[in-house]
Order: sequence, then structure tokens, then C-alpha cells
Amino acid sequence: MYQTNMYEGMVAETITMHGANRDIINAYFARPLGAGPFPGMVVIHHMPGWDEWYREATRRFAHHGYAAVSPNLYSRDGHGSPEDVAAKVRAAGGVPDDQVIGDLEGAMRYLRSLPYVNGKVGVFGTCSGGRHAFLAACRVKGLDAAVDCWGGRVVMSKEELTPKQPIAPIDYTKDLSCPLLGLFGEEDKGPTPAQVAQHEQELKKHGKTYEFHMYPDAGHGFFYYDRPAYRQEQAVDGWKKVFVFLEKYLGAP
Amino acid sequence: MCTMIVNQTKIWGSGKGANGWFTVREVNVSYDHPFHAPLEHALNIDFVNEADGPSARVAVELSVESARQLVQTILATLERAQAGGYLSE
Repeated sequence: MYQTNMYEGMVAETITMHGANRDIINAYFARPLGAGPFPGMVVIHHMPGWDEWYREATRRFAHHGYAAVSPNLYSRDGHGSPEDVAAKVRAAGGVPDDQVIGDLEGAMRYLRSLPYVNGKVGVFGTCSGGRHAFLAACRVKGLDAAVDCWGGRVVMSKEELTPKQPIAPIDYTKDLSCPLLGLFGEEDKGPTPAQVAQHEQELKKHGKTYEFHMYPDAGHGFFYYDRPAYRQEQAVDGWKKVFVFLEKYLGAP
Repeated sequence: MCTMIVNQTKIWGSGKGANGWFTVREVNVSYDHPFHAPLEHALNIDFVNEADGPSARVAVELSVESARQLVQTILATLERAQAGGYLSE
């Protein structure tokens, strides 16, 4: 825990890295100053884009002792304000799951290449990023922990499947290769508590290591302090659970 | 959640964006998370010109009731114009 007489410093900047198909994509990177070793975190932005909240979240992980990288999953869709780019991606039906998985694997490899990372890498995401965090935990080999915050469309009907999202993430549950933390709100319309229960059932069926927490009086996006969905008490507790979980599986920062 | 409910159609006209007027070529209508409106989901309309990049966008985010009123108002306006003989094409 930080003490008031301790030194603290951080580097935070945009970088480029290799994503899916070895494409060069941009990313936001933040890490504590010092030799480490630091655990690594891949911070997966939500459908509304690679925005200010995600830069803040990336720095938050660095503040807590992680080398954190947030790849711009919309890097191939042109540049402009995060909202304009996200609106373009929204109109196109999102980004392909396979491409996202490749970008997240690239982010993991980038972190592992750094001399001050302790070799452990986790993923964190909210909204569509939560869905992607779970997908990555199932499809990318080598992750050590995953945090899915209210990821919707993990459970998908056949009618919801598209060429970009051809397989419901829940169907990959048997391949989950690391511990999973899930934070959800009882008032969320997607994922609904029933969908979360269905996912939990699947995790149990396959004997996976997971913790799910369902918060009362919270809906979708209760960490977002700039949105009406923000719930102070639940957000404070949720962040606490995130860092306890990560310390358990990635090592003490 | 991200509903991924979106429809696009070609249109013709002009829109005034952050950098002034531009020719709009497409409109994207979605029911999903808004960026600004204090709602979990909104009826979002983006007038865009894809050829000019992501910044060529005029955006509105409406409540469901407002979106329905907008549709009715547009249709009522066009009906009056037609009744007045202004719609020659």
C-alpha cells in the first residue's frame, strides 16, 4: 500500500505494437518507473471506443504497479476523435472477433518482451471489452488472469451471430485457460442476471476457476463516473476486488 | 450492453460538422450506447461521408420518444410540402 513518504512515478504514452496479422496498431501504455518486476495487464477498451476513460484506466493499473497496455482495437478504421471512430465501427457492426484476439495476443507478447515485466499477464475489459477479455482468456494461450466487467453478448442466440462474431463466447468456456473474475449488475439488460447464471453454469460444468459478483442496485457500466450508470459504492468495491484478484494470480505489484 | 443494432442507408444532402459543411452520403441509425445523452441506450443518428473519414459526422442521440416524434415530424413536413405542390421530383 502506498505510504505518503514513498516515491512514485509513471511513464504513460502512446506506442505502436504488432496486432493481428502482424499489423502495426497504436496503443496506450503506462507503467510505474523503476526496474520492476511488474505484472502486465492488457486493458481492453469498450464499444464506445479507445477513449479518455480507458487512458485513465490504463494509468490506474500503472498506479497500482502494473505495466499496462491498451491496444486501439479500432486502429484500422481510421483516425479522428475516439467518438467519431467508434461511431464508424458501430455502423460497421463492430470489429471481428478474430482480429481482436490477434490484437490482444500481440499486446500480451509486447508486455512479455519488456525486461521489467514479471512474466505474468492478465486482461481486463468492460462492456464489449469484458466480452473480449473472456474470449481472449479462452483463445489466447499464455494469459494468467482475466477480468470481465459486464461483458454482454457472451451468451448469444443463433440470430445474433454474424460473420464478425461467428461463435458465442460461452461456447469457448471449455477452453478457458486462466482464472476469471466477473463483475455484473443486477439491473443490467445485457448481460442479464439469467445470462450470467447460464455462463456460471457452464464454468462450473467444466470445472473452471472463477469468481462472479452480482451487484444489487447497479446496471451496465457502473464504473463509469461520467455516465448515469455510475454507482459509487459498487464501483469502489468492484475495483478493490479487481486488484485483490490480480495480486493473487499475477503476483504482488 | 452493446446491442449492435444498426442500419445504414445512402442519402444525399449536406451536414454541418465540427469543420463546417460537408456533403453527407450515408446515414447510420443505431440503437446502442450513446456517447453523450445520459441514457444507457439511445436512438443514435450519424450523418456521415465515409469517403471523408470518421470526422465527417453529424451526430444526434435521441430518447426513443424523441426519435418517434422526429420520424412523425419529418413525414408530416413532407406531406405538407407535397400537398403544397413543392415536391416536383
